[in-house]
Amino acid sequence: MTTLTSLAKVEAIALDRAQLIRTVRHVHVSSRPLIFVPLQLAGEACAPLAVMVGDERGNERLLIAFEPRDRTERFRFAAGLGEVILGYVNGYAAGDPGEGVPYPDAPQVWVPNAGGLKFTELLGRSTRFRRTDGPYPVPASVPLLGRWVTYLAERSQHPLSSLFLSATQALTAHWATGQSATEDQNLATLLAWIAPPPGLTGAQAALLAENPASSPPAGPVTDPDFDRDVLEGLIKAIEEARQTGNVTTCDRAQALMARQLHSVLKPTWDLMWQAVDLLRSLPPGDHVAERWRTDRFSFTGYVRYLREDGFPQARRDAAVDAARRLARLENEAQQLAAHMAYDDPLVMAEYRMTGEAFAGPVVRAEPDRLDETGKRARLRPWITVETTDDVLAERGADLRSPARPAQQARVIEVERAGERTRVTIELQSGMGRKLVPEPGSVPAPGDVVCYTTFKAEFQPPPKFPDREDTPWTHGGPPPEYVPRDEEATEEWE
Amino acid sequence: MSAPGGADTERRLAWLRGGELPQTHNARTIAALASNPGCARRALLDAAATRKQDIAEHAGFPVPFGMSPFALSRGVVFERQLKDDPGGLLLALLRETLNLDIAEVGFTDLNDVGGSPDLAVRHARTKAVLTGRPDQRGTLFDHPLLRFRVGGRHAYLEPDLIAFRHDDTFHVVEIKSFAVIDGQADPAKVAAAAIQSAVYVLAMRDLVGDTATVHHESVLICPRDFANTPLATTLDVRKQLGVLERQLSRIAAIDSVLAHVPADVSFSLDADEKGVPQRDPGDLLRDLKRVDANYSPECLASCELCYLCRDEAGGSTSVLGKSVREELGGIESVPRALKLARGDDPLPVPEDLQEAAAILRRAAGLRRDALGTAWAQTR
Ligand code: SF4
Repeated sequence: MTTLTSLAKVEAIALDRAQLIRTVRHVHVSSRPLIFVPLQLAGEACAPLAVMVGDERGNERLLIAFEPRDRTERFRFAAGLGEVILGYVNGYAAGDPGEGVPYPDAPQVWVPNAGGLKFTELLGRSTRFRRTDGPYPVPASVPLLGRWVTYLAERSQHPLSSLFLSATQALTAHWATGQSATEDQNLATLLAWIAPPPGLTGAQAALLAENPASSPPAGPVTDPDFDRDVLEGLIKAIEEARQTGNVTTCDRAQALMARQLHSVLKPTWDLMWQAVDLLRSLPPGDHVAERWRTDRFSFTGYVRYLREDGFPQARRDAAVDAARRLARLENEAQQLAAHMAYDDPLVMAEYRMTGEAFAGPVVRAEPDRLDETGKRARLRPWITVETTDDVLAERGADLRSPARPAQQARVIEVERAGERTRVTIELQSGMGRKLVPEPGSVPAPGDVVCYTTFKAEFQPPPKFPDREDTPWTHGGPPPEYVPRDEEATEEWE
Repeated sequence: MSAPGGADTERRLAWLRGGELPQTHNARTIAALASNPGCARRALLDAAATRKQDIAEHAGFPVPFGMSPFALSRGVVFERQLKDDPGGLLLALLRETLNLDIAEVGFTDLNDVGGSPDLAVRHARTKAVLTGRPDQRGTLFDHPLLRFRVGGRHAYLEPDLIAFRHDDTFHVVEIKSFAVIDGQADPAKVAAAAIQSAVYVLAMRDLVGDTATVHHESVLICPRDFANTPLATTLDVRKQLGVLERQLSRIAAIDSVLAHVPADVSFSLDADEKGVPQRDPGDLLRDLKRVDANYSPECLASCELCYLCRDEAGGSTSVLGKSVREELGGIESVPRALKLARGDDPLPVPEDLQEAAAILRRAAGLRRDALGTAWAQTR
């Protein structure tokens, strides 16, 4: 938590509703997202109970495992869900865009919260190894579902990716509420703070939204009271009807269960669309489209991989793969932070608080200054910026400005006088090829400018040994991953 | 002046409880207690062994701390398959995990021993059995009734562990029904199991005294992957033991807590013969609030009084969490933090807050600049 966000939380309490902590949106929002609200049976590792899923707000689909602990029922459920997910994903993968070109758009899946992300990962783990032949054959949509949701779950860990989002995470990245981070995990109370119904304060609305009886939890675990008072009896009734072979009773009990599950899922379904709308209402940051392009490339690559009969993802990364992956995620996180700061003055403000960035008016400029110490004269304008920010940068430091991200700049001098600091900066590129700067390429006196010590450009991640060269300290070269039979027939009880 | 934890103390605790039977502790409640050592309210409610959930509900702040019947039955099924065959599956797991060479075991369920509902009697029985001469090299004792020293007095612990003795060394064995998938489990659940194990290790050490050692390595048994097959892992709880001992030492002695509580404070529900509370809820709430609390959002996961204390803490930055409060320079009041940030507090800023105030003013200025008109409109 930073001081700026903490202050916004205090403001949220005082002003009775959540406060923006970003001026632009930093996630991509699809024009046709797939909303995916899963429920699971409490106490089990990954026993899907139901999902409400769909890409149109008025057209939700409800899939149910009437006995979540029964293997056949689980695979029937997974096969049905597989068809929905594959239908959606394939809608973005028509034909082949050609070498080096991504599909024009990519799928985007939304779950309510971090629990939904975890559930999806486990669902992938429990289905991707299944086979359509052999001792426990399953429909082809089951292992494909597994591969796709595993792919999405993996992408969700990439800071730069927007292919698979959790609504609470996306919302808390943009708004600060008057409740704690723990309570922000609850989609209903979070939205109550962001958009309280007329006549209610955020706190009052959140209090109402916290009651599981009137506002069912967004899952994946259901309200224990619902389990005890409703679900347990229904599952039992269906089981009994099945055993006695009474089809009508069974159908009736199943219809009843469907109705109950619909009523506990529908409120979250509506909240999900509200979350999408709220985020969509913020203008996108400048780098969002660029990041989405990376997602489109990634998606295109995975479609191709699967078309070439790609193996399911291995259970766990080998040592070097894991280290490489971590370094990559770390690198992405830094890149995202820089993108956000460049796109959003309120994020940049965080760096101005810590002295990694400063802003202020240009008080002096020598746009035509030449450096004539070398063989050829070079254009090296100087500008002086006056700021009340703390400045950490010292003489010789490289600087960048969000307004001119490609222009190299270097600190010539830092003079501190009381509250004010004057920084003289030499501009080294991005002004054209002549000895006079292109119009607009050098800030003029009176312009308010911002400079930082970091760049938004891509910085290559550190190098890791190739697969074959894994050091023995890390277990030596890992064997090529080939799926095994046990994985395909593993129990899922 | 009576001895700590003496008859006077017990009398006052019984008065606070108001004629109810004392509730037993379990490792979860002790761990929760240790997680907020600065809270006198909780320390007292626990020491008096009250039914916190009922009290919170009657005072108007019910908490949904229920457990799903599915989770319960899953836990029971998993545990039964191990305990039904202690000499087989359970022993094989322990043998493998602890690398032991034991051929057979005796399995004693101490729940059944003595058959007395009296906790003191059951505890004495446990002690006699566990500290008696071992006639077998390896032995399993289920449900040993332990005691735990907290706030200067003993509390009984609802036993949910198996003590495994080998060569006069005990290991705590905990059976949990959360899954370990590809060698990984929910970190929060593992952390909770570890701290609970540490509670058991401390209580076991208290019980067996010098006659045997209780190992800092516990054994955690969980289902593996998506099946019901058990997987045993050793859990080194030395770090948790340290944390627990330090936190417990910060819980004030109950006598000194009581010394600050007016003698007429009571948490009694005044239940009638049918168990229906007759006490005026407002009156109960008033008494609860006469004992100091120390709310933080962590309470939401661990204390039945959380909604009550959160409500009471409204307007304080503590409801936002510790890290937020730290970022605000430790300022407790929401209006005050806001005034300092806007620089429109007519009172002079005290010396110790000047730095925090300057940072807040700066943050407010940056927010105003960045949000521009949008920011102004909300004010
Ligand atoms: S909820 Fe209240 S009584 Fe419980 S630990 Fe927190 S502050 Fe203390």
